[in-house]
Amino acid sequence: MDVTIFMQQMINGFSLGSMYALIAIGYTMVYGVLRLINFAHGDIMMVGGFLGYFGIAVLGLPFAAAVLLAVVGSALLGMASDRIAYRPLRSAPKISLLITAIGISFFLENSFNVFFGGVPRAFPVPPYMEKMVEVSGLMMPVSAILVPVVTVILLVIILWVLFKTKYGMAIRALAFDVDTVNLMGIDANRIITLVFGMGSALAAVGGIFWAVNYPSVEPMMGVLVGLKAFAAAVVGGIGSVGGAVIGGLIIGFTEVVVVAFFPELGGYKDAFAFVFLILILLFKPTGILGLDFEKSRF
Amino acid sequence: MILKVDNVTKNFGGVTAIKETGFTVNPKEIYGLIGPNGAGKTTMFNIITGNYAPTSGQVIFRNESLSGLKPHQIVRKGIARTFQNIRLFSSMSVLDNVLIGFDFQARYSFLESIVRFPRFISEEKRIKNRSMEILDYFGMSSFAHDKATDLSYGQQRKVEIARALATNPELLLLDEPAAGMNPSETEELGEIIKKARNDFDLTVLLIEHDMKFVNQMCDKVLVLDYGKTIFEGRPCDAIQDKEVISAYLGDFHND
Repeated sequence: MDVTIFMQQMINGFSLGSMYALIAIGYTMVYGVLRLINFAHGDIMMVGGFLGYFGIAVLGLPFAAAVLLAVVGSALLGMASDRIAYRPLRSAPKISLLITAIGISFFLENSFNVFFGGVPRAFPVPPYMEKMVEVSGLMMPVSAILVPVVTVILLVIILWVLFKTKYGMAIRALAFDVDTVNLMGIDANRIITLVFGMGSALAAVGGIFWAVNYPSVEPMMGVLVGLKAFAAAVVGGIGSVGGAVIGGLIIGFTEVVVVAFFPELGGYKDAFAFVFLILILLFKPTGILGLDFEKSRF
Repeated sequence: MILKVDNVTKNFGGVTAIKETGFTVNPKEIYGLIGPNGAGKTTMFNIITGNYAPTSGQVIFRNESLSGLKPHQIVRKGIARTFQNIRLFSSMSVLDNVLIGFDFQARYSFLESIVRFPRFISEEKRIKNRSMEILDYFGMSSFAHDKATDLSYGQQRKVEIARALATNPELLLLDEPAAGMNPSETEELGEIIKKARNDFDLTVLLIEHDMKFVNQMCDKVLVLDYGKTIFEGRPCDAIQDKEVISAYLGDFHND
């Protein structure tokens, strides 16, 4: 095996894994505060991809501005979904929340289908993203470097917010006891909405990276990616941000390795995320980081 | 008068937990809420803190009705509480538990915290210092970085009171503060509460079953039975009141 090819595949794996991680963080954070698997999360990522597409193709914005539009728009959408759909159900059984999440997911997918059509639209990737650069003998597109770098930066910001600010403190405390957080003078509802905003913003970044890689957007693009990112969150240990990253990287690497080194298995690459999900649920249901979610989080 | 519970009734479906009950608490008083199990004491706390809305009647705090306010808004008005079963954020550190009480007072916004304006730094430093001061006051600063659940029951109780004080209350509600404590811990706790009342200018409303503790602590008590007031006055008179005795021990004792 050629070392260069191996290294290139590793970088591809890291890049793909980073995208899963970005999306998985949203699942894990919402689960941390609400015990909800937000099945609409993958569709928020799709909306992020579309907003990026509109920003560039329709509004003619530069790439960075389109990303900003997607991030802000998706964050607002995530917050609105909490405010409108989930907040009235705070004291309802968890199953009602889950069904609502599935409802929002269908709503987003189908309204985008109705308004924009199901045909994939080519994503206008800025030329400099596709330019091949050489890094110590490896040839790769700029985007393959950009994705992991941005992911790491965002991850540092998220961890910093969680562990160094009053908002993070409240988010972590919410995982234990919502009523007591209120009794600290903190509006728990606002913090929960903020969590939706943060998770959705990350999903939008993931959605844009996805759109740049494949390079297209379509209304159902969030379904499979969302399910895989969900699997990543569970594999890593749901409720744990670090776990979401580890789970995302494992699944990303596996897919790349399978396709690169066992091409005959390539057709099954999408199955591996779920194989991991099943294995982890059988043998270590709390996930790799092994958080017992009644005791510790994040 | 700092707190006035004005003719409050609370029904849960067909069950009346509190029936047309009222009382007033004066500033810096330590006021006891006592009565048999199921008398409606904790329900009364939950009404004052906004966790339950009363079916009728209202709660007035510093001449302002609390009707319709949410729990976090009532905390900001200056009412804090502790719980019968300690409810610390279990796997967070002792310091973090107290810091969170300061959270809403920290003056920086989400954006400011991300771009790390100097204001964020100075605010975080300020509330950390204040938290350590409060822990120090309770003799708990050496445990600041321990996990809350690693502490003894009595220490956790102190941390819970410290956390409540971090929200800067004028009225502190203590739900069975001496529950599960041995006599020497109970005595120490009593001293701390009295000292804190003076040092923090507090008014204290407490629920307690330990009558010795109530006698030592409270300036005044209200005795509830089946959601109704059966006695209000000095604790030493309460334990001689016929109705109070029969509520606790049953009617047969009256003959």
